[in-house]
Amino acid sequence: MINSLFIINSSGDVFMEKHWKSVIHKSICDYFFEEQGKAGSPEDVPPVIATPHHYLLNIYRNQLYFVAVVTTEVPPLFVIEFLHRIFDTFEDYFTECSETTLKEHFVIVYELLDEMLDNGFPLAVESNILKELIRPPNFLRTITDTVTGKNTGVSATLPTGQLSNVPWRRTGVKYTNNEAYFDVIEEIDAIIDKQGNTVIAEVQGYIDCLIKLSGMPDLTLSFINPRLLDDISFHPCVRYKRWESEKVLSFVPPDGNFRLISYHIGANNMVAVPLYIRHNIQYREGSGGRFEVTIGPKQTMGKVVENISLEVPFPKSVLNLTLTPSQGKYTFDPVGKILTWDVGRMDPTKLPSIKGNISLQSGHPIPESNPTINMNFSISQMAISGIKVNRLDMYGEKYKPFKGVKYMTRAGKFQFRT
Amino acid sequence: MTSNSFQLGGTGFGNDKAPSTGSGEGDFTNDPASSGFFSENFKRHEDLKAMLDGNKDNLKLDAMKRIIGMVAKGKDASDLFPAVVKNVVSKNLEVKKLVYVYLTRYAEEQQDLALLSISTFQRALKDPNQLIRASALRVLSSIRVLMISPIMMLAIKEAVMDMSPYVRKTAAHAIPKLYSLDPESKEQLVEVIEKLLGDKTTLVAGSAIQAFEEVCPERIDLIHKNYRKLCNLLVDVEEWGQVVIVGMMTRYARTQFVSPNQEGAGEDGKNFYESEEDEDEKEETEENEDEPKKKPYIMDSDHRLLLRQTKPLLNSRNAAVVMSVAQLYHHCAPKSEVGVVAKALIRLLRGHKEVQYIVLSNIATMTVARRDMFEAYLKSFYIRSSDPTHIKLLKLEILTSLATETNISVILRELQTYVTSTDKEFAAATIQAIGRCASNIAEITDTCLSGLVHLMSNRDESVVAESVVVIKKLLQMQSTGKGRKTTTEHKDIITHMAKMVDEITVPMARASILWLIGEYSERVPKIAPDVLRKMAKSFIDEEDIVKLQILNLAAKMCITNSKQTRLLCQYVFNLAKYDQNYDIRDRSRFLRQLILPAEKGPLAKHAKKILLASKPAPVLQSKFEDRDQYQLGTLSHILNNKTTGYKDLPEWPEEAPDPSVRNVEIPVPEVTTKKSERKKATKDKSFYSESESSSEDEDSDEESDDSDEDEESEEESEEESDDEDESEEEDESEDSDIPQKNNAPPKQSAPKKAPKVEKSESEEEESSSEEESSSEESEEEKPPPKSKASKKKPAKETKAANQNNTDLLLDIDLFGSSNGVTSSGGTQGSILTPSMASAMSNLTISGASSTSSSNFVQPMNIPLKSYDLLNRMTGNGLGITYKFTRTISVFSPKMVSIELTLTNHGESPLSGIKVGKKTLQPGMEIQDFPEIASLGTGASTSVLMAINFNDTTQPAKFEICTLEQTFKVSITAPVGELLQPHTMGLQDFTQQQGKLKGMTENTGKVTLPKEKSDAKSVVTNVLTVANMLQVPSSESDTVYRFAAKTMSEGVLVLVSVSVNEESANIVVNCEKMVIGTMLLKDLKSLLAKS
Repeated sequence: MINSLFIINSSGDVFMEKHWKSVIHKSICDYFFEEQGKAGSPEDVPPVIATPHHYLLNIYRNQLYFVAVVTTEVPPLFVIEFLHRIFDTFEDYFTECSETTLKEHFVIVYELLDEMLDNGFPLAVESNILKELIRPPNFLRTITDTVTGKNTGVSATLPTGQLSNVPWRRTGVKYTNNEAYFDVIEEIDAIIDKQGNTVIAEVQGYIDCLIKLSGMPDLTLSFINPRLLDDISFHPCVRYKRWESEKVLSFVPPDGNFRLISYHIGANNMVAVPLYIRHNIQYREGSGGRFEVTIGPKQTMGKVVENISLEVPFPKSVLNLTLTPSQGKYTFDPVGKILTWDVGRMDPTKLPSIKGNISLQSGHPIPESNPTINMNFSISQMAISGIKVNRLDMYGEKYKPFKGVKYMTRAGKFQFRT
Repeated sequence: MTSNSFQLGGTGFGNDKAPSTGSGEGDFTNDPASSGFFSENFKRHEDLKAMLDGNKDNLKLDAMKRIIGMVAKGKDASDLFPAVVKNVVSKNLEVKKLVYVYLTRYAEEQQDLALLSISTFQRALKDPNQLIRASALRVLSSIRVLMISPIMMLAIKEAVMDMSPYVRKTAAHAIPKLYSLDPESKEQLVEVIEKLLGDKTTLVAGSAIQAFEEVCPERIDLIHKNYRKLCNLLVDVEEWGQVVIVGMMTRYARTQFVSPNQEGAGEDGKNFYESEEDEDEKEETEENEDEPKKKPYIMDSDHRLLLRQTKPLLNSRNAAVVMSVAQLYHHCAPKSEVGVVAKALIRLLRGHKEVQYIVLSNIATMTVARRDMFEAYLKSFYIRSSDPTHIKLLKLEILTSLATETNISVILRELQTYVTSTDKEFAAATIQAIGRCASNIAEITDTCLSGLVHLMSNRDESVVAESVVVIKKLLQMQSTGKGRKTTTEHKDIITHMAKMVDEITVPMARASILWLIGEYSERVPKIAPDVLRKMAKSFIDEEDIVKLQILNLAAKMCITNSKQTRLLCQYVFNLAKYDQNYDIRDRSRFLRQLILPAEKGPLAKHAKKILLASKPAPVLQSKFEDRDQYQLGTLSHILNNKTTGYKDLPEWPEEAPDPSVRNVEIPVPEVTTKKSERKKATKDKSFYSESESSSEDEDSDEESDDSDEDEESEEESEEESDDEDESEEEDESEDSDIPQKNNAPPKQSAPKKAPKVEKSESEEEESSSEEESSSEESEEEKPPPKSKASKKKPAKETKAANQNNTDLLLDIDLFGSSNGVTSSGGTQGSILTPSMASAMSNLTISGASSTSSSNFVQPMNIPLKSYDLLNRMTGNGLGITYKFTRTISVFSPKMVSIELTLTNHGESPLSGIKVGKKTLQPGMEIQDFPEIASLGTGASTSVLMAINFNDTTQPAKFEICTLEQTFKVSITAPVGELLQPHTMGLQDFTQQQGKLKGMTENTGKVTLPKEKSDAKSVVTNVLTVANMLQVPSSESDTVYRFAAKTMSEGVLVLVSVSVNEESANIVVNCEKMVIGTMLLKDLKSLLAKS
C-alpha cells in the first residue's frame, strides 16, 4: 500500500527516505514542494496531492513533513493514520521526534520502519512488540555504546510477543514495584462569542495510563458515573462486550504508557466554562488603538485555575503593542504578530488584566475585525465533565499493585471571538 | 552539523578513520558537491569494504551502520554490494539485520550478486525458530529478482502450511510481492490465497485479504465460504487488517445482497436456515418462505451479520477503521441505520488536521444525500480561527449543506462572524456560502440580499467583489424563479450596484454588475444608459471579461432603448473592433450584425428574443454533489478523480445471488470429553478468540481450529485427529439430512436457544463443567414451551420445542451420532462451545447480554394484566390482546418481551398474519413475531414479540398485516414495564439511594385504603405496577424497598414505600427524572385505589 516514505524538514531537505517496494526517486517530492509553495502556512498544505503517476499523502507535525508515496487506490485515512502512528512511535522511542533526534538514531529509525511495514502493509505496529524487537535508546546505553561502539538497538533475543495471545503486551514483564497510574485528562473546546455567550463547548477526554505491572494482570476499571461516556474509542485491549453490557473497562494492559480510552462529550451536554474574559479592543484612525483584557472566573468548581495564558494573533498591519499586565509577562512577536500573555495562576480576589496601546503601521487601512483570543489554562484535581473512577480491580496476578488516579482539566481549543 | 559528525565518529573508532568521519558528515549535511568529494568518497568506500571484509563484528557493525545511513539519506551505496552481501551469513544478529535491510534495497540493481545470498535464506526457511523463518521469507520475497520467483513460490507455498501463524502472515505479505514481480504466477498464487483465506487466526486474516485484494479481487467466489467466519473474526483482527476486510466486505455486500433501501425487492426464501447464528433474521426468512409470492424486502441474514459485526468497530481508536465502517454503512446499510456512524465520525474531528480533512470531505458528501444525519452535530462544524484554510472551507461547505429553515438563523449568525475573517479566501467562500443558503431557502433570500448589499460597502475589495457576484446570481435566480413579481423590489439593489461601478475594481465583480444592468435595464431606465456611457469612456482600460460585458450591455441597451444609446453602442463596437483580443473582436462583429445590421436579415428581427431571452438561473450547489460517484473513504473520492486501481462500487444486483454459497458444512457433534478439554484450551487463550467466534456459525472450522491450537496444546491434537476422521463420516450423513431439515421447522425454537446459552454463561464462568451448564440449559429450555403449550400453541411449534429438548438430552447422553437428530444436536454443541469461551473473552459474541444477566431474578407471581391491541370490531374479526410477560426477552435483554394473543372472531380463517411497516422513535426496535401461517375461525394463538422502548413511554407503532388487510396498532408500555428487576442488598440500596438525592428523587404520599395497608397487598400492588424486585430487609419495619433497572440503558430505579398506619410515603429515585415521576404517579394511583 505504502510504497515509500520521505521525511522532509522545514527547510525542504529530504533527509530520510525508505522504500518498501521498488525505489521511487526523491524527485517525486518536487510535486510536494510545489504545493507547499502555494500554501500560505505549513498547515495549509493539502494532505493529499495527486501527481501524474503517484499520490502523495503527507502529515505535518513538529516541523517535519512525512510524505508517503502510493501508486494505487488506497483508503487515504489508512495511510495518514499510519504516518501518525510512525511519528508516535518515534516520539515514544526518542521522547521527541525532530530532525535532530531522527538523525541521531537513524539506524533505529530505519530498523523501525523496516519492522513496521512489510511490502507497504503494516506488520508490527504495537509499541510493546517493537520494543522487544528493537530496544529504545536510553541514556545509560548511549554511554556504554559510545565506549563499546555498538548501538543498533537490535535486541539479541528474539521477541515472543508477536505470537502471544495478547499481541499488545510483551511477555515476561517483571517489576519490583508494581504500579498502575491513570490520568483522566479532559480538554475543553469552546467558542465564546463577542457577548460572552458560549457558542459551543465540548469536552474531549482521555485516560492515559502508565502501567508497570508484572506478569499478565487483568484489570477492571469502573466508574461512578459511566453513563457520561457515550462516545468512546478504545485501545484494542479493552473488551468491548464488557463495556457494552456492564459499563466497566476490562483489559489486559500493554506495558508502559498508553492511552486506554478517549471520549467525547458533545455539545448537547452542558459543559461548564471555567473562565470568562472582558475585552475592549479598538483600532482608531491615525495608526493607533486600544487593547484591554480582563480575565475572571466563571465556573471553576472551587478549584484554582493555573497556567493561564492568552494568545492573540494580530493582523499584519499591527506594528507593536505597549501593554501593562497586572500580573505575568507578555511578549509580542513582531514577525508572526502574535501577542502572548503568560498570566500564571489566577487569584480570584484580584482579577488579572492587561491594557495598553496598539500601534498600527501607517498607510495601511485599519483592520476591520478584532482578533480571536485563544486561551490556555489547566485545573488540576478535577475532571470538568464530573467523571470519576470508582475502583480498579486486578485479576490474574497475586501481588497488590499500587494504584493512582489523577484528574486534570485543561483548555483545548478555547477561543474567544472579539 | 558538527554534532552529527561527532556522533557518527564517536560511535566508530575515531583514531584510524579520520577521513571517513569527515565524509560521514557529508552524508548528513547538504553536501556541497565539491569536486574533491568524489575521490574521498571512493576512498571511504574502500575503507568500508575493508571493515566489512575483516572479521571483527564491531567493525562490521560500524560499517553497516554507516552504509545504512547512506541508504537512509538516499545516497548511492550500491558499489558496496559485494562486500555487504558476504555478511549475510554473519552470526551477529545486528549485522545480519542491517545486511537484510541493505539487501532489500539494492538486490534489484545487482541481481547476479544477490543470487549469492539466496541459499542462506533457503536454509533459514527451515529454521526451527518461527521468527527466523518469517524474516527469511520476508527478505527473500523482497528481493525483486525475477530469476528467483520459482524459489519464492516454493517458499510461499511451504510457509502457508507453516504451523506458526506469524509465518503464515508473512507468507500472505509475500504473495503480492511475488505477483508484482511475476504476474504470470497468478494462477498458482490464487490457490495459495484460497488456502490462506481459510485460515482461522486473526493474525493472518487481514493480510490474507490484503493479498486477495491485490492479486485477485475479481475472484469474489473465494470469499463465500469464508464470509461468515471473517465477519465473526473481524472484531479481533488487528486494526489495519480491519480496514482492508471492511473495504472488501463493502464490495462483497454490493454484489451478493440486494439493496436494503428499495421497496419490495426481496430475495427468495432460500434454504440457509442451517446457519444457526442468526436468531432474528431467521424468522424473517421463515416468513418469507411461507409466502413466496409477496416479497417485501427482508435483509439477508448475512448482510445483517456484517452490519452487526462491524458496528463495534466504530469505537476503534483508529480513524481509518471508523471511516471504513462509516463507508460500509453509507453504501450498504438501510437508510434508517446509517445514522449510527455520525457520532463516531464527529469524534474523529478532534484528530489531527489531516484526519479532519479526510473525514470532513467524506461528511460533506454524506450531507448532500443525508442531511438529517449530521443536523444534530451542526455545532461541531463551527469554524475556529485556528483551523487551516482547507478545513475551514470544508466546514463551510458542510454548514451550508446542513442549512434548513429551522437552523438557518443560527447558521447565518455564524457566517456573519466568518465574513470578517482576516483569511480572505475564507471570507470570500463564506459569502458564496451565504448565497447558497439564500438560494436554497426561499424565506431568507431577502435577508441575505440586504446583508450582501451591506457587505458591498466593505473595505476589503475581495469581499465586495464576491458579494456582487453572489448578488447577481441571486437576483437572476429570483427573477427566473418567481416570474417578474419581484421586479420592483430589487430596483434599489441594482441602482446601488450601478453606483458601485466606479469604486469596484475587481474585474469579475464589474462584469457581474454590468451584466445585471444589461439584463434588467428596463428596471433602471434612467441609470442604465449612464452606466454605459461611463463604461464606453473607460473601455480600453478594462479587463477582457469586463469588455465583453460592456459589449453585452451595449447591445442589450441598444435593443431596449435604442434612442438614447444607439450611438454609444456603435462607439463601443468600433472600439472593440480593434481590440487585441480576438474574442472581443469576434463578439463585437457578431453583435453588430445582430443589432446594427447593414441590411435587415431574418436574424436581426429576432435580436431581442436572442439577447434578452430569459436565462436559466445558475444552480448554486455543493461542490461535493458529484463526488457521489466515488466510493466514500477512497483516494478517488478525496481527489474527485479516478485513481489508478480504483474500481467503481458495483450497483446492487436486482436479484440476490444464491445465498447458500456461504453455507459451510453442518456442525458435527463432539464427544463431551473432548469438548470440555477444548474449553480448557480456549480458556487459556481467552484473548485469542478466533476459534470461538468462527465456530459460532460454521463447524467445519473446528477441525482446522484444532490444528491452530496444536501449537499451544499438544495433547489435544492426537485425540482430535481421531475425531476428525469420525466427523468427516458424519458430514456425509448430514449432507443428506439437509433437505429434511428444510421441511422440519425447528426454527421457532432455535432463536430462543442461543440467548439462553448466553444467559447461562455467567454461571459457567464459575463452574465450567460442561454437564452442569447443559443441564441447566435444558431445564431452562423447558418452561417456555410448557407455558406456550397451555395456551394452545400451534402443534407445529410445540413439537419443535420438544424435539429440541430431546436433542439436548441426546447430546448430553452421548447419543449424538444417531442419525436422525445428529445435525441439530451438533448445532447445539457448536453454539455452546463458542459462547462459553466468548463469555471469558467477552470480545466476540454478538448478543448484548453477559454476566450482568445473572442478576436478574424473576419477580413474585403477579397476575399479568392484558391490554387490548386490536379490537375485534376494528380488526374485522381479528382480536389481539397483549401482555407484558416480564421475562427477559430472548431477543435482547434491552427489549420488553410482549405476548400477543390473537383470536379470530370472524367468519373466515385468516392467513399470513405478521408485522408490517413500523414507525418508531429513534432508538426503538421491534422484534417481530414469526408469521402466523393461518388462524382458523374461532381459533386463538399467542406469539411472543419484543420491543426495545429505549426507556421511553413513547408508543411503538406498527402494522399488523393479514393477507388481505392491514391494521395500524400501537403499544405503549407503562413505565413499570420498562424495568427489569435488580437484586440488591439493603446496604447497597441505601447507598445507591443516597447517591440519587435531590432532583432525581420523587416523593409522594397516599392514603391507603384499610383493606390494602397490610404488607402483602402493598408489595403485590407495587409489583403489579412495576417489574421490580423487593430488597430483602432484616428490619421488621414497615418500609418496603424495591429495586430495578431500566431495560435499555440499565439506569437504576429505586422505590421505597414506608407504610404508616393508613398512609404511605413513596420515594422513587431514578436518574431519569421522567421515569421517576411517572412511576410515582402510577404507584400512587394503584396504592390509593381501593
